[in-house]
Amino acid sequence: MIEARGLCKRFQDKKRGEIRAVENVSFTCRPGRVYGLLGANGAGKTTTLRMLATILEPSDGTATVAGYDIVAHPEKVRASVGFLSTATALYPRLTAQEMVEYFGRLNGLDEATLRRRVAEIFARLEMDGFRERRCDKLSTGMKQKVSIARTLVHDPPVMIFDEPTLGLDVMTARTIIAFIRECRDRGKTVIFSTHVMSEVEKLCDTIGIIHDGKLLAEGTLAELRAQHAEQDLEEIFVRVVGPHHTGAGEN
Amino acid sequence: MSLRYAAIVYRKELTEALRDRRTLISTIVVPLLLFPVLSVGFGAMASVLIGKARQETPKVMLLGGADSPRLAEKLRALDQLLVVPATANWKEQIESKEIRAAVEIPPGFEAQVAQNRPAQVTVYSYEGEIKSAFAAGRLEKFLKSYRDDVVKDRLAAKNLPENILQPFAVQLQNVAPPEKVGGAALGGLVGYMVILLCMTGAMYPAMDLTAGEKERGTMETILSSPVSRTQLVLGKFFLVLTASLATAALSVFSMGVSFWAMNHLRVFEMAGKGGDAAPQNLKLSLGAVLAVFLMALPVAVLFAAAMLTISLFAKSYKEAQSYLTPMTFVVIIPAVASMLPGIELTPKLAVIPILNVSLLCKELMVGTYHWNYIALIFLSTSLYAGAAIFLAVKMFQRESVLFRS
Repeated sequence: MIEARGLCKRFQDKKRGEIRAVENVSFTCRPGRVYGLLGANGAGKTTTLRMLATILEPSDGTATVAGYDIVAHPEKVRASVGFLSTATALYPRLTAQEMVEYFGRLNGLDEATLRRRVAEIFARLEMDGFRERRCDKLSTGMKQKVSIARTLVHDPPVMIFDEPTLGLDVMTARTIIAFIRECRDRGKTVIFSTHVMSEVEKLCDTIGIIHDGKLLAEGTLAELRAQHAEQDLEEIFVRVVGPHHTGAGEN
Repeated sequence: MSLRYAAIVYRKELTEALRDRRTLISTIVVPLLLFPVLSVGFGAMASVLIGKARQETPKVMLLGGADSPRLAEKLRALDQLLVVPATANWKEQIESKEIRAAVEIPPGFEAQVAQNRPAQVTVYSYEGEIKSAFAAGRLEKFLKSYRDDVVKDRLAAKNLPENILQPFAVQLQNVAPPEKVGGAALGGLVGYMVILLCMTGAMYPAMDLTAGEKERGTMETILSSPVSRTQLVLGKFFLVLTASLATAALSVFSMGVSFWAMNHLRVFEMAGKGGDAAPQNLKLSLGAVLAVFLMALPVAVLFAAAMLTISLFAKSYKEAQSYLTPMTFVVIIPAVASMLPGIELTPKLAVIPILNVSLLCKELMVGTYHWNYIALIFLSTSLYAGAAIFLAVKMFQRESVLFRS
């Protein structure tokens, strides 16, 4: 369960002054469901998810993740979350197994539990073939599997994916999508951000459209279609964002 | 505070560091090879060259002396010098190194000497040229002994004893034990090297563990794990400290082995045929070296924490390098200043970081223990080191630094 209440994030920029990256964002993600945060680049998706993962601290507002407040108990929140993004790289000089074990230990697993979890995950993701290989010698697909194993090692109830398919080829992206579905089917709370409409249509139970740091629309795909009398999600997105869009060349 | 997670971070960083060729070179290979190559290699090369210069029989030109056959004859008879006949261009020949020196005997020299009239023999050499200096030195030595013979003859002619010219003798004798002499010669150097290598040893891992982590995109990965930022920075700090101390320890070890080898293999004597340059006193006392290390500990802590803080601020390796390179000068200047002759510890200097420890190392190496200064320096450096660790921890909690873009 994730409950965001009035999340705000402001940065100070020397040239541009105060930047409001996220403005008063509230939403709820339930276990066994996938919440999709849809938005263009720079809309505030990454900042929102980083706040939920307690990598950044909110300037205002708060959220509870798996029952823990992100401001009061950030370390407990992180222990309940698996966080995956294209920016979360692997340590090149560790082997696949060492990488997963490292994060297991940081999550407080004892050695016996760790061994069992690692064996389980490596078998399930079919990673035994490159267990001893260093991460910098792995293919992109293998690296993604190691990243997935890393987020799963402590069996967190909440999964946060920040544009997990960005820059990946079709086959690797499909692995990730399948993994997100699996997380949902196992009853985990899943939130993920993307700007790819088709991923949202395929995966999400609830969609939140974010733009300029504000959550402008929220609902299931069916609800959004009904509200805007439009079947195509891309059209809906443009209609929602359109009036707020400040970019040049579009109306 | 339990350091369990810092220990997990440390272990992982150590595994990675030991697999990184660049870290291994800077912390293990360089300090181990630096001294043997520098001291034995360079020293042996120098003494071989000097020995060669000594062994060569230099050509010298005899100018004049036709009416002084006794002196000319004795000169020609010297087996350390090869006397060549005079030519008009003797100066050019010295410059072009065809001959090494020239000796000018004025007309009627022997007659003047016989009549007790003042006379002057001139030796021409090319200053700064070692082989020329050797030739001139040999000429001078020969001429002095010739002069002594003349004096003896004169005394004998007047029936005076030889010791009339030497009423008493002066002798210099050393009472310092060999390790103290060695300490005085090496004290400054050892302290300086330990401090410098503590820094160079810390530099590479500090960059790798902060800016390197940002560059490789693993910073967000590690920040998403439950480890607290304090434990994370401490784990990293201990690794940088380990590298720093390992570099310094290995270099002192290799320095010790190098000196031992120089003393035992007698590199200098072999090359120089028992020449006076043989460093008999290159001995370091183990206690002094340990004391130097103890004093270097807070310095290494200071370097490790300061370099972590600075390089964490950088976005990339390159940026970190451009911040840390100038720091080398900040460290080298006080360390070198301590080697200047005449600088000694004062209460004011004892609180200047780096300079204080290098000055103290000089004292420790000669076996002098000023306990007041030792306490003051250890405490003040520990204070600076503590402040640097605090700063590093604070820096790791700043989003604007971690996610600087």
